[in-house]
Amino acid sequence: MGKTIAEKVLSSHSGLDCAAGEIVIASVDFCMSQDGTSTMMIRELESLGFSAPKTKNGMAMVIDHNSPCPSVDVAKIHTRIRDFANTNSIPLFDVGEGICHQLVPESGKVLPGDLAVGADSHTCTYGALNACSTGLGSADVAAAAFAGKLWFKVPESYSLVVNGKMPHRVGAKDLMLSVIGSLTSDGATYKSVEFSGETVNNLSMDGRFTIANMAVEMGAKFCPFAFDSKTANWLSVRGFGDGVKVASDSDAGFEKRFDFDASELVPKVAKPHAVDKVVDVSALRGTTIQQAFLGTCTNGRCSDLEAAALILKGKHIKSGVRLIVAPASRSVLIEAIDGGVYAALLKAGATIVAPGCGPCVGTHAGIPGDGENVISTANRNFKGRMGNNEDVGIYLASPETVAASALAGEITDPREVP
Amino acid sequence: MKLDGKVHRFSPNDDINTDYIISGRYKFKIDDMNELAKHVMEDISPDFGSKVRKGDFIVAGRNFGCGSSREQAPRALKAAGISAIIAKSYARIFYRSCFNVGLPLLECDTDWIEDGDLITVDLDTGEVADARTGKNTQAKPIPKTMQILLRDGGLIPHLKKHGDFALR
Ligand code: SF4
Repeated sequence: MGKTIAEKVLSSHSGLDCAAGEIVIASVDFCMSQDGTSTMMIRELESLGFSAPKTKNGMAMVIDHNSPCPSVDVAKIHTRIRDFANTNSIPLFDVGEGICHQLVPESGKVLPGDLAVGADSHTCTYGALNACSTGLGSADVAAAAFAGKLWFKVPESYSLVVNGKMPHRVGAKDLMLSVIGSLTSDGATYKSVEFSGETVNNLSMDGRFTIANMAVEMGAKFCPFAFDSKTANWLSVRGFGDGVKVASDSDAGFEKRFDFDASELVPKVAKPHAVDKVVDVSALRGTTIQQAFLGTCTNGRCSDLEAAALILKGKHIKSGVRLIVAPASRSVLIEAIDGGVYAALLKAGATIVAPGCGPCVGTHAGIPGDGENVISTANRNFKGRMGNNEDVGIYLASPETVAASALAGEITDPREVP
Repeated sequence: MKLDGKVHRFSPNDDINTDYIISGRYKFKIDDMNELAKHVMEDISPDFGSKVRKGDFIVAGRNFGCGSSREQAPRALKAAGISAIIAKSYARIFYRSCFNVGLPLLECDTDWIEDGDLITVDLDTGEVADARTGKNTQAKPIPKTMQILLRDGGLIPHLKKHGDFALR
């Protein structure tokens, strides 16, 4: 029987001809931690007598979850991270650079065929680059940095086939919300999910990053996309090589196959307080919102800001609504300024915060008030996620739906905005 | 090894995520697990930190520990005194991290266990017995890899002890 991408990547990294279900020790190409998970990793590394990472492409640390620093307590943590990075010559993306899952792909440290781990659950994002990457706890990432390898259970794979042309103002986020809605929050636990089909082939690389990013919201371990001309182009304009392209065999043993029709898709929204409570936007029409948030590792890329700006251009958000924008990285920010996207957002009434996680995880820069509703392009809407436990309702949607809702002050179908 | 303790259950029963276990409000600014332990489960059970005793168990439904990779979640539960978790299923990162920090997890049907019950958990056989109702069940055996990690006290102590991975 043929092999899936996950089986091939874990075979090439373990030196074994392995199949789903086996436990292997595999070499790790790259690892990463962020400011919420670094100190525990540092403690473990120090106790191990660490001096340099043994991972092939090294490691990186990123200060993005509280960036710039919002408090004295967090400042101490940031200082500890900077000191450790300096002492051990570890590349550090400090304040202003952006979100780890945008910076790692931009850095070229993860390429097709690679195996990468990160102390952040959305590390599965790099699957868009035809790689296997996954989020782990700090001890696992410390072990990977220290030993250059880690134990893995070779996951079973699911094949998710999407065909059909996506309608106007319906995009990758709507598709992924709809997939998570049907598979549920644990529907792909421990699985490697491989998307394919005409719709996926036509998706931009940004769209693939959005989808791979949210794979963990249905429990998935990896979300490797196939390598194609779009992957090649994305890599070559940045001056990166092609890596080691990997494709699943035509007779690969997928545990299950799911089929989706994108031509029937409409804008989707995940209701509070679970990512799999997904409904059509029309079901929530008229739900008032006080805050709209455009950004995160899911939808903070330039194309996302541009899609929102297209809807907002020449208009103004409803009075009483706060629209907060956090670009995913410094280069996204520069691209958005150069392309006029920022001017359009600012004129429409947006508040722009520094590249980074922004208010996604409730640390600073846009914590909503008790009882408020927020429409957000993020990937999680758990109770208390944005910093409150007093019944803030977080609704997850596409950049287009967030922009349309900011204009109206209530959840709105972006296809109805001229 | 046999463990005895009191059961804590929560609402919701399924999908208890790591934000509920320890909120981002605390985990980003508190680096001391004993301090974090005071805020464990706060968003879904505000007085949990004062109620929990050393040796107690958490019992839940499906997909326990989903969401963020924060290792503060298993570490703070352990620091709060939780000796094991019994749930129908777990999210992947949380599952690994618990064994990495030496907190055992058992997987079985849990509908028959109620909040406040006194139960006995046998980590070697996977037997879970409820003193109040006299009922018991057999949980899935803990996989060998995880048993080795538990025996060594977690992943980093394992690496220190063997100088490499010795999991098979
Ligand atoms: S943007 Fe949100 S989901 Fe992404 S890494 Fe930051 S906190 Fe996590």
